[in-house]
Amino acid sequence: MSTQQQEPEQPESQETPKDPEMKGAESPVDEKEKETGEIDQTTADETELEGETVLIKVFRYDPEVADKQEPRFDEFHVPFEKGMTVLDAVMYARDHYDSSLTFRHSCRQAVCGSDAFFVNGKQRLGCKTQMADLEHPVRIEPLPHQEVVKDLVVDMDHFYDQMHTVEPYLQQDDLPTGDLEEQRQSRENREKIKMSTRCIWCGACMSSCNIAAGDNEYLGPAAINKAYRFAMDDREDEEVKEHRLRIIEQEHGVWRCQTQFSCTEVCPKDIPLTEHIQELKREAVKKNLKFW
Amino acid sequence: MSQSYNRGLIEDFGRWKEFSAGMWAWIFHKFTGWMLIGYLFTHIAVLSTAVGAASGDASLVASGDDIYTTTIQGLESLFIVRVLEVGLLAVAVFHILNGLRLLMVDLGVGLDAQDKSFYASLVLTAIITVASVPTFLDGVTL
Repeated sequence: MSTQQQEPEQPESQETPKDPEMKGAESPVDEKEKETGEIDQTTADETELEGETVLIKVFRYDPEVADKQEPRFDEFHVPFEKGMTVLDAVMYARDHYDSSLTFRHSCRQAVCGSDAFFVNGKQRLGCKTQMADLEHPVRIEPLPHQEVVKDLVVDMDHFYDQMHTVEPYLQQDDLPTGDLEEQRQSRENREKIKMSTRCIWCGACMSSCNIAAGDNEYLGPAAINKAYRFAMDDREDEEVKEHRLRIIEQEHGVWRCQTQFSCTEVCPKDIPLTEHIQELKREAVKKNLKFW
Repeated sequence: MSQSYNRGLIEDFGRWKEFSAGMWAWIFHKFTGWMLIGYLFTHIAVLSTAVGAASGDASLVASGDDIYTTTIQGLESLFIVRVLEVGLLAVAVFHILNGLRLLMVDLGVGLDAQDKSFYASLVLTAIITVASVPTFLDGVTL
């Protein structure tokens, strides 16, 4: 949908650079800007943009460019249209004002999980957040508590490491024999793990968790939710579940959670993360209390 | 490998205006917990230095002039001590109520209403504290 909305703008964007040249002879303002050599693209374009615009302030950092080594915020005036998301806004800014503006994005429909940003002080998925729902101007930053690589791009290696620690794959040797036999899951069990399977690895929860910020070894909400998804899955044997509980019941596992509900609050897929962590805590206790 | 930029932890405290209910509950619970620990040790220190009467003679105790009675009366005549007692009640009540809330959270009961239960414990704490003021400030002058 957003692709279709942006297509008609393409011809406009090609004309936009021509416009200042055509007006240049008439408008003294543009001449001045040319003389000084400092053309403020954002303000120059703002005067030409028709209709409603929104102001976005975007975090900029680039270790390879001299004047961006010290982080700063750049302002962009973006023409507003109904249904515009934060991702649409930064894409417009990149396509029309500053092609060096860097951020991850792919599917634009809250499935790939690449465009989690820190928007107006909250971790949100850029493609899922409507500009109309936000307070203006909109401040867009990279996810906190993760190293910034460039602009809105953060280093996700640590997050992925934690995700892989909980072995996020089905481990079952005892599969049904026969080519057409399927390993079935009960409807009730599917319902139980349904929410936990929605995780898109965007890292918003991990970034919002200030326990994870203080303890680098803490598995984090996403990884524990992943462990929940498999530990609660009936298709795995009891020994595998015990193995999974042994991973998450360690010092930097579930017990680090102090139920601040930050992760549950920011999860773009509405996964009840705290609930899952708490349930795993109870499972871990039950496993160790054999006389139960 | 290019370098990266660590934005650090400082912003967490600068972001207090954006904290959600669960976060405030956590902060208040930590704060009240430390206050109660602080009170506990003050309590022990004050009382253990005021029990000279335990071995004192019975006539002093009978007339109310023993060190324990005079210490307590001396403290209770101070306006600031009365105010601190109101504060202690507020801290203790919130810690108890939020502790119950955390118990529910640990048992997985009503996690959807965790923010409402936090607000409820705040409101209850306020009501109980305000209601206690006449009792605590009875008969003390500035």
